[in-house]
Amino acid sequence: MSPAMLATSITIPDLITFIVAGAFVLGGAIGVVTSRNSVHAALSLVLTLFGVAVLFVAQHADFLAAVQVIVYAGAIVVLFLFVIMFLGVDRQEDIESEPLRGQRPLALVLIAIALGSLIALFVNANWVTGARSATGSTAGGGHTNVYLLGKSVFTTYLFAFEATAALLVIAVVGAVVLARRPSGGLLDEPDAEAESDEEPAPEAGSDAVSADDELEPDGDPATRQEVPR
Amino acid sequence: MSIPGSWYLVLAAVLFSIGAIGLLVRRNVLVMFMCIELMLNAANLTFVTFSRVLHDIGGQAAVFFVLVVAAAEVVIGLGIVVAIFRRRTNTTADDLHSLKG
Amino acid sequence: MLHAVFLMPLLPLAGFAFLVVFGRRIGDPWAGWVGTAAIAGAFVAACVSLAGLAHLPSAHREVVCAFSCGPPAANHAFYTWFAVGGLHIKVAILLDQLSMTMCMFVTGVSMLIHLYSVSYMKKDRDFSKFFIYLNLFVFFMLVLVLSSNLLVTFVGWEGVGVCSYFLVAFWFQRETAASAGKKAFIYNRVGDVGFLLAMFFLFSKVGSLDYLTIFHNKDLLTGGAATAAVLLLFLAVTGKSAQIPLFNWLPDAMEGPTPVSALIHAATMVTAGVYLLCRVSPLLALSSDATWVIAIIGGVTAFVAATIACTQQDIKKVLAFSTVSQIGYMILAVGCGAYIAAIFLMVCHAFFKGLLFLGSGSVIHGLDDEQDMKRMGALRRWLPWTYGTFIVGWLALAGVPPLSGFWSKGDVLDNAFSKHPALWALGLVTALLTAYYISRLFYLTFTGEARWQSPAPDGRPAHHTPHESPWIMRIPLVVLAFFAAAAGLFDLPWVRHDSFVGWLTPVFGSSVYAANESDSLQWVLGITDAVVAVIGLSVAWVLWRRRANRPELEPMFFQRVWYWDEAYDTIIGRPGQVLARFCAVVVDGRIIDGAVNGAASLVRVTGSGFRRLQSGYVRNYALGIALGMAAIIAFMISRVW
Repeated sequence: MSPAMLATSITIPDLITFIVAGAFVLGGAIGVVTSRNSVHAALSLVLTLFGVAVLFVAQHADFLAAVQVIVYAGAIVVLFLFVIMFLGVDRQEDIESEPLRGQRPLALVLIAIALGSLIALFVNANWVTGARSATGSTAGGGHTNVYLLGKSVFTTYLFAFEATAALLVIAVVGAVVLARRPSGGLLDEPDAEAESDEEPAPEAGSDAVSADDELEPDGDPATRQEVPR
Repeated sequence: MSIPGSWYLVLAAVLFSIGAIGLLVRRNVLVMFMCIELMLNAANLTFVTFSRVLHDIGGQAAVFFVLVVAAAEVVIGLGIVVAIFRRRTNTTADDLHSLKG
Repeated sequence: MLHAVFLMPLLPLAGFAFLVVFGRRIGDPWAGWVGTAAIAGAFVAACVSLAGLAHLPSAHREVVCAFSCGPPAANHAFYTWFAVGGLHIKVAILLDQLSMTMCMFVTGVSMLIHLYSVSYMKKDRDFSKFFIYLNLFVFFMLVLVLSSNLLVTFVGWEGVGVCSYFLVAFWFQRETAASAGKKAFIYNRVGDVGFLLAMFFLFSKVGSLDYLTIFHNKDLLTGGAATAAVLLLFLAVTGKSAQIPLFNWLPDAMEGPTPVSALIHAATMVTAGVYLLCRVSPLLALSSDATWVIAIIGGVTAFVAATIACTQQDIKKVLAFSTVSQIGYMILAVGCGAYIAAIFLMVCHAFFKGLLFLGSGSVIHGLDDEQDMKRMGALRRWLPWTYGTFIVGWLALAGVPPLSGFWSKGDVLDNAFSKHPALWALGLVTALLTAYYISRLFYLTFTGEARWQSPAPDGRPAHHTPHESPWIMRIPLVVLAFFAAAAGLFDLPWVRHDSFVGWLTPVFGSSVYAANESDSLQWVLGITDAVVAVIGLSVAWVLWRRRANRPELEPMFFQRVWYWDEAYDTIIGRPGQVLARFCAVVVDGRIIDGAVNGAASLVRVTGSGFRRLQSGYVRNYALGIALGMAAIIAFMISRVW
């Protein structure tokens, strides 16, 4: 560890925060990986995401922490839960057996190698402390984190921003196409709904909501439709 | 703030590996997806950590975009999952092996 | 007048070209007349050139010609065939007494045989094709004889071999004829390896293939080099001139029409080997080992062939083995250094052997293609002209004085005596056998009872009365008979030095007609020859005049050519087939095909192996990604550590 990192000593509240958040993160992760029931897995994921959000706050990434909770925990996990419900919530997966030969041992070995190497890298790494970033610091200068982040997104990374906006539109269209019924029958209804809801929302926060809306007419488990193959 | 960056990095690495193991070992498609989310979160954590350490807002902007893309990816991915598994009675990834060579 | 020399090869070539285009259209017999006219023109050109050459002073009769002639330094040439590195091959004519002599009798005898063929091949389906091949043959023979360097000689050499193949297999619908043609060509080819190697060798030592240049620089051939070159050339000669070990194609070549046997296998092609050895006589003078080999092989061949000829039943086969035997004499003479004797025998042999073949052709023609002597007999009543001319040929070959055969064979034997008495003894025994077998042939064919009048014991039908040949066929017989008788005049001891020997001596310079025996020794040897000939005649007269069936005198060993063909088959043929089968099955089938197919199946096996990577399971693919990731991270760690 570089001496620069130990410039300020570790305070107790920070340490406790880190440990608790870390426990949430790892606990949730292990829960996801080892749950037999998919719903339990989803809820463990939520735990992990909250933990990560706390860690974001601890690192002064306030906006991102909020967005993490709203988008990830609030929309994506909800989406997951919807799909779990749609596809059979009571399906249990058989964790014990492994039909593919060598999959588990090989996976463990490889990931162990990767993890070990990564940790070794971090231990031996020298932090680059060269030129200051052109994009500006994370804090200071009297501006809030939101201000700084917004400024960088809307100026320096504007092109990427517009691209991701287009990406979201495509994702919405894709979701509609993927999930709809084959031609004939209730063709008009979902199209009309699709049209009305298909407004490109530039903000990341509302996207998950619109995606959810698209899924609703077809996501109803009561109406069993022909699966377009 | 006073926690050294490397601790966060180690945590993120462990989170990433747990997600990777989960992806390789679990057969339920949705759980595999969740493990992917875990890995993405680990990456996000790493980005934010470096952003703090290097005093560069670009890291946080990267997380911003990663989040957007993750969301889009989940939408499409789950749409595909729904489209495939609508009529099947099981949802293991192992059943989709018709592209076997 | 010398300028006419280029017409000699050109006219037969023109005849060939004309007949190729128009032959079938003008048909029988005009195609024959065109062919004969071409050769007659070549003969006239030869006579004119002879006159021109004779005009030159005796020491300057070596001339290099193209469209015009001049001494060797003038460097005339038709064109430069190619010039590669140090090898410059010019196409030019080397005209000296030796090649002039060859041209004279080649064109003369060819002309007579063309004339004969016009009638003999009448009504044949491929009449014009015959004359096409014959003209082409004469062209190549003249190229062989007239060329000024080894390579162009080789062109002629190969050309006559090819024409021989065409002509022997002329009636190719007959399986035996087709095989005989192949056999002739292949044996010649085996010999040609010697020619090629000799050319390579001489070029590597001397740097040129031109005759005059080689002779000029012959001192560059030291030690065994001359022996090697000569023996390699001799291998080619044994192939072309049917000596041991490559002689057994000649009897099979009798499958061709009789004019072919007369022209190619008696008078011209088989003498090309003797010509070649005479042409390179300066090289033979350098190596006495080689000349011993040549002499011994010549003598042994003469003897072996004579023994076989004594037992044959087919009239043409007797004459074929006789040719092998006589050429053996010529080779023996060359080996003894008696080049002029060899050439004299060659010329006389062309006359009387050609006569004998044409006569036998007349007999065969008269008896509707009957060739078995046991089915002939008493033909003197019905074929008087053939009978009369045949007598001349018979006596000439047997060596009865004063016909040409006596003088020519006598010269050879004289020289053999001076080289080594054992060779002379071998030659003498062979002369006895020669007189015996040709007399046997004569008596079986023309005297005794007419066995053809009744059916054979094995069921072959009787023949109707034979007819004498038409006058077109009789003229060549008469002309050849005249020359067979009279050619000996050139060699009468009191005329000798002014005529034939005098003509040819400058060519061979120091290595001339070597017998320098005293006159009395020559008389003794001459009388011995005559006595031997008479003995042979009488023995045959007693045995064969009345009876045709004496199996005890025709042992199977000799009839089957000393089992030579069978020996070659066992020693060379079978192992060759085994080798070929081995190559086909093991080398080609298993090794080469195995390698090629193996490469393909290697790809397939590899593909199948890699195919297992595509299990279809997403999780396996994810494992692959994890593997790549672990590898990259490990690599980064290894860099930093």
